[in-house]
Amino acid sequence: MKRPVKPRTTEQWSALGFVTPSVLGLGLFTLFPVGMAVVMSFFRWPMLGTREFVGLDNFRYLLGEDPDFLTALRNTFVFTGLYVPLNILLALGLAFWIHRSRWANLWRVLFFVPAITPMVANAVIWKLLFQALGGEPNVLADGRTALLAVVAMSVWQGFGYNMIVFSAAVNEMSPSVLEAASLDGATGLRRLVSVQLPLISPALFFAATMTMINALQVFTQPYILTAGGPGNATETLVMNVYQAGFESRDLGLAAAGAWLLFAIILGVTAVQFVGQKRWVHYES
Amino acid sequence: MKASRAVSHVLLAAVALTFLYPLVFAVATALKPPGETFGSPAALVGSEVRWRNFADVFSYVPFERYIGNGVLVAGAGTLVVLAASALSAYAFAALRWRGRDGIFLVFLATMMVPQEVLVVPMFLLMQAFGWVDSYQALIFPWAFTAFGAFLLRQFFKSVPGELREAARLDGAGELRVFLRVMLPLARPALGVLAVFTFIGYWNSFLWPLIMINDVNARGTVPLGLQLFFGQNGNQWHLVMAASVISILPTLLLLIALQKHLVKGIATAGLAGR
Repeated sequence: MKRPVKPRTTEQWSALGFVTPSVLGLGLFTLFPVGMAVVMSFFRWPMLGTREFVGLDNFRYLLGEDPDFLTALRNTFVFTGLYVPLNILLALGLAFWIHRSRWANLWRVLFFVPAITPMVANAVIWKLLFQALGGEPNVLADGRTALLAVVAMSVWQGFGYNMIVFSAAVNEMSPSVLEAASLDGATGLRRLVSVQLPLISPALFFAATMTMINALQVFTQPYILTAGGPGNATETLVMNVYQAGFESRDLGLAAAGAWLLFAIILGVTAVQFVGQKRWVHYES
Repeated sequence: MKASRAVSHVLLAAVALTFLYPLVFAVATALKPPGETFGSPAALVGSEVRWRNFADVFSYVPFERYIGNGVLVAGAGTLVVLAASALSAYAFAALRWRGRDGIFLVFLATMMVPQEVLVVPMFLLMQAFGWVDSYQALIFPWAFTAFGAFLLRQFFKSVPGELREAARLDGAGELRVFLRVMLPLARPALGVLAVFTFIGYWNSFLWPLIMINDVNARGTVPLGLQLFFGQNGNQWHLVMAASVISILPTLLLLIALQKHLVKGIATAGLAGR
């Protein structure tokens, strides 16, 4: 092959040129802050004033004495536990329903609309909707229903995305497998459970994992709809981090809270990856 | 069979209408006169259709400023994302060099880090740069994503190596091959990445909320909407008009994208967002 002298060296140098902007950017704006966040979580680090090494005190405070953190943790889990299954079920059901429709693309775009519009606007609209619904106190002001209202609004906003993910998977179900199944007499629910769902299980796994990761980080919906209230009935973990850092101006505590949330996300994701072996089928 | 298909479509249309009701409700309220939001039950149309509400929003707050800021931040951010992602994706997909696989693995690992771990130290970084309450602070911290590099790398890998080889034999340097051969081929993938990146910036809320103090000067649309909502919370006709205004650009982008939506999400989605 005719190549300039020392091809490998030039290729090495031009490659470095190509990756440098991203490497510098990711180093400065991701890797460095991650390292900083570790350090900060071990400090009392007020936004103004002197910082002081406190070891594990921030974590101890969050998990032991902070009246809000454990509530936020519970709310976040309840939110995730309701939001993820509802989102997936709706998205899956509609993806199968519209599958054969001549206007499939129209339905997909329609249900996708709130997934692309600003979350703040979606939440503001639902705030009015809940107020128009009436009731004294209204659903957002009632501690027993506020979190459910946040879930409802979030499901409405979010399932269109997964519907498209599932829709693509349903379209790609292997016709030969489906045909073989129908020759074997598999119909209705049987066909759905033992043929179709396994065929799209990689998409299901992907959607369940990503949706759960996003749900654990819920912020904007409760921030706009309820500001965490009434009391702290809808306070979530990211709200807790935001308040610790930028309202109480205790950056060390915020960093510690963010790490706890990250640890939870990693743990839940790891469990899903281990669990997938039992139900996700990849075509080899 | 035909009848059942018709029934299915009618039902589906009913579900879709119910689903879209909040947005219809928002538009309807935005066109009502003040004080009629909760007036007559279930009436979507008020005593007059009041287009003036949309103009009024702009006299209450500098909404045109929020829109301008949003376009500036999202536009600049999208350009940086596209440039940085495409360059590194090319190196990962088409070039052989020492350290490639290791660095790519680090890139992938950064996708795991959630935003809220980054915002606290990022705030200090912005303070150190003197960037608090600035456009740069909204643009740059989130412009170097491994996601874009990953997405475009998949695309570049599907381009046959002979195309690049031929261009090289003609004496083209790597940069020329990249600009003249690879980028034009990647136009669809770049388009999808651009639209999703733009919308991500446009809708972003947590980071601008932390970073921007003077909303009327440098606030983006979600911040402006939130401020407006906080100050005029009981003037629902105006709040809804403002919400509808903030939704419109994303809706237009969705319509422009709709043909590529499914394919875009199937590739972009499976890449991890």
